[in-house]
Amino acid sequence: MKILAQFMGVFNLDKCLGCNACTVACKNLWTNRDGTEYMYWNNVETRPGPGYPLEWEDQEKYRGGWILTRDGKLKLAIGGRIARLLELFHNPYLPTIDDYFEPFTFTYDNLISATQSDKQPVAEPISLVSGKKMEIRLGPNWNDDLAGGSEAILKDPNIKKLENKIKTDFENAFMMYLPRICNHCLNPACVAACPAGAMYKREEDGIVLNDQNKCRGWRFCVAACPYKKVYYNWVTGKAEKCILCYPRLETGQIPACFHECVGRIRYLGVVLYDADRVEWAASARDPKEIIDRHLEIIQNPFDENVIKNAKENGITDDFIEAAQRTPVYKMIKVWKIALPLHPEFRTLPMIWYIPPLSPLVENIRVKSDEEFFPIVDHMRIPIEYLANMFTAGDTEKIKEALKKLIGLRIYMRQKRLGKKIDERVIKETSLTEEDLEEMYKVLAIARLEDRFVIPTAHKEKALSIFEETLAPEYIQGNRGLEHTSRRDLRLRRK
Amino acid sequence: MTWQKFEKGGRDWEQFYRNRWQYDKVVRSTHGVNCTGSCSWMIYVKDGIIITEMQALDYPIINPEIPPYEPRGCPRGASFSWYEYSPHRIKYPYVRRALLELWREELQRIKDPVKAWENIVENPEKSMQYKKARGKGGFVRASWEEVYELISAALIYTIKKYGPDRIFGFTPIPAMSMVSYSAGTRFLSLIGGVVMSFYDWYADLPIASPQVWGEQTDVPESADWYNSTYIIDWGTNIPQTRTPDAHFYTEVRYRGTKIVAIAPDYAEYVKFADLWIHPKPGTDGALALAMAHVIAKEFHVDREVEYFKNYIKKYTDAPFLVILEEEDGRLVPGRYLRASDIASVDKGDWKLVVFDLNSNSFSIPNGSIGFRWSNDKKWNLELKDSITGKDIEPALTFLGIHDKVVSVSFPRFDEKGYIEREVPVKVIKTTKGKNVYITTVFDLLLANLGVKREGLKGYPENYDDEVPYTPAWQEKITGVPRELVIQVAREFAQNAEETKGKSLVLVGAGTNHWFHSDLIYRAIITILMLIGAIGVNGGGWAHYVGQEKVRPIEGWNTIAFARDWVPATRWQSTGLWVYMHTDQWRYDEVLMDKLAVGKTMYTHPADYVRLSVEKGWQPLYPQFNTNPLHVGNSVDEVINKLEKKDISFAVADIDNPINFPRILFVWRSNLLFSSGKGSEYFLKHLLGTENSVENRDEVAKNYVKNIRWRDPAPEGKLDLLIDLNFRMDSTALYSDIVLPAATWYEKYDISSTDMHTFVHPFTPAIDPPWEAKSDWKIFVNLAKKFSEMASKYFDRKVTDVVYVPLLHDTADEIAYPMLTDPEAQVLMEEKLTPGKNMGKIILVERDYSKVYEMMITLGPLVKEKKLMYFGIENNYSKEYEELKEFLGSLDDRPLIDEDKKVAEAILRLSGSTNGEVSVREYKYLEDKTGLDFRDLSEGIEEIKITFNDIIAQPRRVIDSPIESGIVKGNRTYSAFTFNVEYYVPWRTLSGRQHFYLDHILIREEGEQLPVYKPPLEIVKTTNTDGVLIARYLTPHGKWQIHSTFMDNLRMLTLFRGGPVIWINEDDAKSIGVKDNDWVEVFNENGIIVTRAVVSNRIPRGTVIMYHAQERTIYVKESKNGKMSGSHNAVTRVHIKPTWLIGGYAQFSFALNYYGPVGTQRDTIVSIRRLE
Repeated sequence: MKILAQFMGVFNLDKCLGCNACTVACKNLWTNRDGTEYMYWNNVETRPGPGYPLEWEDQEKYRGGWILTRDGKLKLAIGGRIARLLELFHNPYLPTIDDYFEPFTFTYDNLISATQSDKQPVAEPISLVSGKKMEIRLGPNWNDDLAGGSEAILKDPNIKKLENKIKTDFENAFMMYLPRICNHCLNPACVAACPAGAMYKREEDGIVLNDQNKCRGWRFCVAACPYKKVYYNWVTGKAEKCILCYPRLETGQIPACFHECVGRIRYLGVVLYDADRVEWAASARDPKEIIDRHLEIIQNPFDENVIKNAKENGITDDFIEAAQRTPVYKMIKVWKIALPLHPEFRTLPMIWYIPPLSPLVENIRVKSDEEFFPIVDHMRIPIEYLANMFTAGDTEKIKEALKKLIGLRIYMRQKRLGKKIDERVIKETSLTEEDLEEMYKVLAIARLEDRFVIPTAHKEKALSIFEETLAPEYIQGNRGLEHTSRRDLRLRRK
Repeated sequence: MTWQKFEKGGRDWEQFYRNRWQYDKVVRSTHGVNCTGSCSWMIYVKDGIIITEMQALDYPIINPEIPPYEPRGCPRGASFSWYEYSPHRIKYPYVRRALLELWREELQRIKDPVKAWENIVENPEKSMQYKKARGKGGFVRASWEEVYELISAALIYTIKKYGPDRIFGFTPIPAMSMVSYSAGTRFLSLIGGVVMSFYDWYADLPIASPQVWGEQTDVPESADWYNSTYIIDWGTNIPQTRTPDAHFYTEVRYRGTKIVAIAPDYAEYVKFADLWIHPKPGTDGALALAMAHVIAKEFHVDREVEYFKNYIKKYTDAPFLVILEEEDGRLVPGRYLRASDIASVDKGDWKLVVFDLNSNSFSIPNGSIGFRWSNDKKWNLELKDSITGKDIEPALTFLGIHDKVVSVSFPRFDEKGYIEREVPVKVIKTTKGKNVYITTVFDLLLANLGVKREGLKGYPENYDDEVPYTPAWQEKITGVPRELVIQVAREFAQNAEETKGKSLVLVGAGTNHWFHSDLIYRAIITILMLIGAIGVNGGGWAHYVGQEKVRPIEGWNTIAFARDWVPATRWQSTGLWVYMHTDQWRYDEVLMDKLAVGKTMYTHPADYVRLSVEKGWQPLYPQFNTNPLHVGNSVDEVINKLEKKDISFAVADIDNPINFPRILFVWRSNLLFSSGKGSEYFLKHLLGTENSVENRDEVAKNYVKNIRWRDPAPEGKLDLLIDLNFRMDSTALYSDIVLPAATWYEKYDISSTDMHTFVHPFTPAIDPPWEAKSDWKIFVNLAKKFSEMASKYFDRKVTDVVYVPLLHDTADEIAYPMLTDPEAQVLMEEKLTPGKNMGKIILVERDYSKVYEMMITLGPLVKEKKLMYFGIENNYSKEYEELKEFLGSLDDRPLIDEDKKVAEAILRLSGSTNGEVSVREYKYLEDKTGLDFRDLSEGIEEIKITFNDIIAQPRRVIDSPIESGIVKGNRTYSAFTFNVEYYVPWRTLSGRQHFYLDHILIREEGEQLPVYKPPLEIVKTTNTDGVLIARYLTPHGKWQIHSTFMDNLRMLTLFRGGPVIWINEDDAKSIGVKDNDWVEVFNENGIIVTRAVVSNRIPRGTVIMYHAQERTIYVKESKNGKMSGSHNAVTRVHIKPTWLIGGYAQFSFALNYYGPVGTQRDTIVSIRRLE
């Protein structure tokens, strides 16, 4: 057993507004530079739909994530070291600009500077790649709100698996939103695939980063990530990805996309996990079992042995307390309402999702006393569809999660209207009344400090590293003053 | 695992992203955009550059049981910083070369700026030269000094030659930035210019609200949704358009609240619902009336729910008595029985009557509007007889105590005709000796709805009977299965019964932007009144379109309309102005036979406009066919001239050049294309430049009786269009002068909204870059130049004769009792009496050389007079002295030369931000009503919110009687709780909420009770191969707030990179259109060239073009060579005469309160693929 700490997030899709405030927050901070225009470290997809980049979940096309060899060993789907070396200069599984989009801007200046003519001036699109005029044919959220219709819907890899069982007419329309960032996986394929040793997972908080100095631009990380959350900066020639806003996180602030989530769907906290059993968890024979194993290695933060082991590994009390206080652990492990995105990719992602409820399907006539709220089997979003996304096809797990949400609503309605609480309802959720009460608070009225429990980074531990690696203030270099990091002189080692 | 790396050392590269995150400064501001958001944001500055914004998270907690407001915001707001340094930021003053060259030439030649302007505009060749160039590029930089001089010259020339009422200003929504709003309106008020409305013009005004409640709009803050236990979202796309508030909508579900979404398309708000109902677009009224039918039957007749019954008795007009009148051999619901019909009492025409079961006789209860304007402390909702003071028990129905049963005719409009239904009546003899049938509003309501009662004939037998307004009847119209309607109506009412009214309907543009929006809304409100949900936390109606709520309203109003200096401002309902001045009236084919089943006064709506304007119901400027500075020095003199017809109202000859609007300021707005319904008519008639109007059908010519017809219709009426803007939007592109305005991150201002109860500041993160200036500074500087120049051109003070309409919340609202019909038909009576049979004439003395001084100091009327808001008088001499101390003074008057000082003054002069003011307001209202509000006013005196307070943290407002809701005691604000809990009357004829309306024009159109009228069907194109004809809907978009953000690269990238129209995929297939293909969307009004989004989310036969997509970004020319218009190129304004009523209790004019609404949903378009 080796207990380590890691930040883990839960996104409640039942509340997601699909507004993309998260997307803009991230773009403003990190990816509005040359070469990053097409990068969406955070994006939101309307599903069913092909997603961004197009059909990213289709690993026949992209070969992302891990596969299990016949003898039960994990192997990167893009192949071993030799296979990858052979593809150094041509990787057929990398997404191309046609899977993303050609970034554009407009000739805005024309509106002001156009000379007088017989026509109204217009700002027309120009490519940010070529600088030439272009027609816009694709974007990072091209299929928002079911734009593109049946054609786009049928490109959804999770729909394809359902083999034409989905109706795409007006009456049977359904949609949900899927916000996505880097999953900061426990078993990150991108890290494993990097030939330059540039990618790493931070020991103290699990954030997966790509060292911009070491990166040689091989792009295996891009190919290996099954979520396509690593991007290649075509100006610097380095890969970049979501950094979970570590400069904010280290100072106790929440990542920008979490901060800016006006749907209040996001939760972030510390969990403790057993690093020794990551491989075991990821290599379950039956993909449906991976979730259970994943949950198993995420440890109870109140368990004394866990705490003891964690401390031995240098985890500080505030991280342990944070792990105890965060609702994330309860949502995934106690209430079991959150699920990982595509566990079958075997990377053990650390952003989990509460699946969404949806309106009653068309043409079902139910008596309101029997079905005041739609029952799980009568919801518009097909259970199988959600299962393809979150449980490797296990519909029971989806149903259980949705039943808990509906059960909570029935329970709270009875309570609010001063009616007798129906014990059967509570039983159906397999939760206690106390759990329901707490779940209600977490899902509905949680304040900022309840949703996010963020210990600050222990920089004091890194001070020795600073001493060794950073230049002192105001060094007179060849080109004048270089590097002015602010430090207190008392912290010098001598 | 060997490949899993935990690096301890060598991570110094991580500084890369840390450095990027670091910043130098952060300030609090917000977005001054009409989204109702009013979110508090922190703006980050690094190296003197605005780099980003993130939401403030420090909202005070209202109540621990309710989710907090953090983090308010949306992707649009989050992208604002992109505009700061965008390539189409307006950096300098610009003038179109065609005009600037003429100006420079003339000025050089004759050295007199006013004369120079005259030489340009009065020379048809020269003026058309620059008017025709509008919108076609050619902007050149000018200096501030040069544009101030040009504008001042134009103003002075126009004032001297035509009069100040030819100068107009359009700016919307003060709540989103009160100081910037006031900058221009204060200037216009001081010079006698005209301030135009917006809320009604946008069709956001739910005109049913003034009709039912005498209230512009009042709604719950979004946190109050959390108190609801059953929500029907009926046409407001909460996640998409109320993004910052949407979490209350999703979260309340976990509290056990059921959500039903009623939407024609699978809109975003449907995603969160338990049930989706999709009626055909525009048929919501039919659906609502069927629900009302079910509720009235099951909860009022089959079984009487005590709570519901008591509610409608106390708080609605249900027990009031109505006379049945004979019309062409039919009995129809007529006017209310008045006190003057049965007795002789003061203001008896304005007091209504009930039948009291306690005394078994008629009673004149407290609370009618007559009591509001007599000082006898009886303007309250206590169920007492106003004469004896005894408790009364009003009869809701005459059934059982009736003298007789008679058959009454109720109009229907699905098929034109009448339904005959029996109603119980009593017969009485009026003071005039006439025998009349009377019945109760409730009896009429049940009859209209078709709710059968024992012994009455003419009613449907059951829900399956296909007559108005049964569930089966609606099924034919809406397409919604009857069982669904019955189920939802039953659940909704049941929920209200169990919770005493916590059933909530969220309504918005989807139901309100229709021509018959008033009827749709009244039908929905009828449901809510029947179940006692209005004025209850967690219940009622919640209408969210337009940020109408200026919380610190008294202070804002004082400064914005210069009430500290002048007694009257010229206010204009924009819908009416546009209808007349862009000549859309000439093309209006919605004649009265389309609106009414019986005979009507006139055939064409424009004739009602003249009636209304001359009666002083609605304003239309210019007022007379002459300069108001030259009509006289006394009211008598003016009346004399009118009576002798020496002068006449401009409305009668609207296309005469003497009556043209001449100068238009636009700021904080994109008037021409965002809200400009019939935008191509603006281009044609107002601006005189290229347009795509194909309409040759000037219908009015054959029908209009009282407006002079001139051929051909004038083009290019406007001499000067000035736009203050921070970006080159479509209106800026078509303006003559564009001035660089500071953005929301560069100035001081205040924002508030109806969605929450906080007051937010704007503060500058940087000073305005380039040559930009705040709106306040621009108008102050203009005032300075104008005053300097005016002192040369005006040798003395002038007397401006201002004609104003009869105003709501003043004693003038009881001017026209309308007891006899013919009175309305007399257009110009021989003897005119202002305030009696016409509007009011107010003489305003103006010293144009002093405008600057007046602009920058708070005038003496604040301390010398009592100012009245919402009928509540107050004197502010104490605050006046405080402000002198606080802000500094000039000539012993508080100085408001800077935007921050204006903000401070607004806060100090308003009850909601100054407890002392509020306490005085409560006292005044106690005196007026005889009621006791001490538990609300106690302890608030000490609270004074200053501008620095709101910079530190969002502050919640204080209660004041100006507001109809209550926040004291950690309560969430909900409309009308003050009325319900404290028995304060609504500002209506009866003092109650109105099921019934009895004005003659309402009766003409058969709208006494809510009825169903189908959407207008104006189809002028034929269905040919490859052309789809579809209903054209323009809801609010996802990637924009109106036109703002629509051109923002962040937002453009997140969807399709420019304007699009949504089409059902089968419809698209039928005309060979694939996703992202270019299409032409057109009708007689204009043409749009845009790309198609093909989707299964949209129903067949309907297309959706999200509102206000700019014509500046990625649009093309159509095949006919015309540039694509905006979404409004295919719309047009139509007028319903009932919107023109005035001087009649709640039907009285106030800016943005009552007037023609610019609806646009009733449009039909043709679509074809652009080859």
